[in-house]
Amino acid sequence: MNCELTQTVLHGYLDGELDAARAADFERHLISCPDCVTALESHESLRSSLVHARLYERAPNSLRQKVQAQLGGSVRSSVVPIRNPAPWRWLAVAATFLLAVFLGWRLFPLLRGNQEETTLASAIVDAHLRSLQPGHLEDVQSTDQHTVKPWFDGRLDFAPPVHDFVNEGFPLQGGRLDVVHGRTVAVLVYARRKHLINVFVWPTTEPDSEPLSGSQLGYHWTDWRKSGMEMCAVSDVSPIDLAELQRLLMQ
Amino acid sequence: MSAGVERDGLDVLDSQDRARFEQLVLPHLDAAFNLSRWLMRGRADAEDVAQEAMMRAWRFFRGFHGGDARAWLLQIVRNTCYTWLEKNRSVDLTTEFDEELHPQPSVSPETLAIAGDNRERLTRALEELPVRFREVLILRELEGCSYKEIATITSVPIGTVMSALARARQRLQRVLTHPAEAAKTGGRP
Repeated sequence: MNCELTQTVLHGYLDGELDAARAADFERHLISCPDCVTALESHESLRSSLVHARLYERAPNSLRQKVQAQLGGSVRSSVVPIRNPAPWRWLAVAATFLLAVFLGWRLFPLLRGNQEETTLASAIVDAHLRSLQPGHLEDVQSTDQHTVKPWFDGRLDFAPPVHDFVNEGFPLQGGRLDVVHGRTVAVLVYARRKHLINVFVWPTTEPDSEPLSGSQLGYHWTDWRKSGMEMCAVSDVSPIDLAELQRLLMQ
Repeated sequence: MSAGVERDGLDVLDSQDRARFEQLVLPHLDAAFNLSRWLMRGRADAEDVAQEAMMRAWRFFRGFHGGDARAWLLQIVRNTCYTWLEKNRSVDLTTEFDEELHPQPSVSPETLAIAGDNRERLTRALEELPVRFREVLILRELEGCSYKEIATITSVPIGTVMSALARARQRLQRVLTHPAEAAKTGGRP
């Protein structure tokens, strides 16, 4: 009963580790293989459980202090990660590849659930992909929240909350305007190690809501509403990292 | 921060090295602790082992010639954990991924969603897995490592990472949905 691909290629696909040609092959295979569809959904469900259980355990302060003491007491508790001065050349390659995957995906959407959320998630992931193309990432490039915040003034009819979380490992990279579903939204760009996170922000009249997460094309997104703002973070970082940034932004 | 003031015998590296270490390696302390916690299956030992691994990383730092600092550090953390486990718990570290995989009946996403909807249960299930399975899952799902990074950290060829994850995920599903049966067939000694 079990298709043998459930033990191999399916996982490469799930993890976004297949090249475009193999991913397209597998998507064609999915159309005619209910085993693989079920297995893919099961593994996605398991992954989502792992994410929501918040199993990541950060280093306790006692450990940080001991390490610092042993290094000779000169170690700062947080260090600004090195910023790569060369622009996002590799991102162009990645974006081209993802676009190819994306076109394949469009033919066979697996993401289920609320139609509206799905459409919104698609639009957000689209915008995320666009932003990864060279020159599209930031309109205002600054790690200073006091530079980024005023930049939005006059360009928007609302004031997005702008915070730098460099000490928490999410340095602010800048911001830009984007259009999602015909609405102008603010986008905050954060870095996480070598990855980028786009946080889309727009005003809402809906009541506050708990985060809702999902993934598409190997990108994870999480969406929530708080104090009249809806935010949607999207990235290829691990869902754990995304949940952490979401927690910081919700504070 | 003068080069002359050193302690604990860590005097082979100078202050310039230390600045680089702080910049490249220390930001991954959380990753080091998290991996250690899951390999050691508990916070108490994890802290000691992570500390030891950080000190080893510092001693070996001259041997780090750039590249992926997180993968480099996690490889040291993993080795430190394994050494500790072998010495203190005589854990069987030899589980290989080429074990015969019997086709399992598909678990429905709904069943899994229910089984996985509990932090404690997930933690227990992960801790029941053999360490070789556990580590690839932690590295992939919690740490977000690429296959290439997982291959570096766990010292396996990159071509085997995908099947290692396949087996690990299948085993985790089984432990979650059939706890008794999984215990019988023996997750770990």
